Amino acid sequence: MTQARHSFQIGTGLFILLGFSALAYLATQTTSVANYQQGDTYAIKARFTNIGQLKVRAPVKMAGVRIGSVQSIELDPTTLDAVVMIGIDSRYEEIPDDSAAAIFTSGLLGDQYVGIQPGGSPVMFEAGDEVVLTQSSMQLEDLIGKFLVSGGPAKPGSEPDPSAQDASGPAPEQP
Amino acid sequence: MKTSRRLSIAADALAQIGAVGLFFFSILAAIPKSLRHLLETVRQIWFVGAMSLVIIMTCGLFVGAVLGLQLYDVLSRFGSAAMSGTVVALALFRELGPVVTALLFAGRAGTSITAEIGLMRATDQLAAMEMMAVDPLAYVVAPRFLAGIVAMPLLVCVFNAMAILGAHVVCVSWLGLDNGTFWGNMTATVDVWTDLVNGIWKSAAFGGVIALIATFQGYTTAPTSEGVAYATTRTVVSSSIVVLALDFVMTAFLM
Repeated sequence: MTQARHSFQIGTGLFILLGFSALAYLATQTTSVANYQQGDTYAIKARFTNIGQLKVRAPVKMAGVRIGSVQSIELDPTTLDAVVMIGIDSRYEEIPDDSAAAIFTSGLLGDQYVGIQPGGSPVMFEAGDEVVLTQSSMQLEDLIGKFLVSGGPAKPGSEPDPSAQDASGPAPEQP
Repeated sequence: MKTSRRLSIAADALAQIGAVGLFFFSILAAIPKSLRHLLETVRQIWFVGAMSLVIIMTCGLFVGAVLGLQLYDVLSRFGSAAMSGTVVALALFRELGPVVTALLFAGRAGTSITAEIGLMRATDQLAAMEMMAVDPLAYVVAPRFLAGIVAMPLLVCVFNAMAILGAHVVCVSWLGLDNGTFWGNMTATVDVWTDLVNGIWKSAAFGGVIALIATFQGYTTAPTSEGVAYATTRTVVSSSIVVLALDFVMTAFLM
């Protein structure tokens, strides 16, 4: 009698355990909880003239692999450009300090993310460093507008372009 | 003649709804007393929950697999096959998981609750309990009601997990979607509270409603073998209807 009682109690316990482990699996593996950083990050700074639809916690990718996330986005009151703090997982500490950051869109209308393209410098990024080479987000409206006005792609240097790259260096290649 | 008959049918339906409502409150009143028979509740969780695992897991696997297959095919027409994982997860967590599990639960556990209590009624076991001053509401009905509320959310979690695995097998292993794309897009879009936990609330409500209907049908059955058969059928029919209607109402409030 007690034996039979034990067996269904253990079975019920196992069932409840299975249910909760399924819940834990779903919550941590399939929802945005999975994107919270476990472990340390270091922050580097990047300035963009236009961040488009970039949001806090947007992914930061290198070669398509997620290496961190956007920590904060602020407007610099003196230079009037957007300062984006990028948190990169500590295990990716070997990123050359002449790497370029650009804002890309996943797919045609998807969310925006920061893509980092590696440079060749022997010096690596430290916490608090600034990314010198940046490229702002491509604004679809600007492209369409320019195309409609000029009847073709804008001539280089013909007008100030808010969505073009910063003046501080050669632009990273568009993928 | 005809209108009076219609009126009496409407009155019967109203009386039925009223009786279910009163039965619900008497279960609530009996719950404190039923906690003395906690082991009975545990046994019922084992019976309606753990014994339903096989059907829930099998159906979850196939529902997830067919969702992955269909959505991959449809979404690739728009060039967004990468979103397959996301759409599978959202559809499962918000709607399909709770509702399909509830319909399976009504068929697997609800019918057996009705048949068991109905046979207790037909063989006068409930009357015998009353004679021995054991409240059948506290000893028979309330544990099954509590077990329904506890077991359903757990079953939904298992169903969802199996369905995600099924979709993963189809999309990634079979159709060749990138593994990182599958998980990355899912984790970028699915929210733990608005998507996953809202579905869990729904499933707890479905579990309570199914257990309520099943115990009510068993408790009030005509004490014949034919009566038990009708009661079992009514359990499946009315819990399916009520679950789908309640799903719409709850979704409207939870969104």
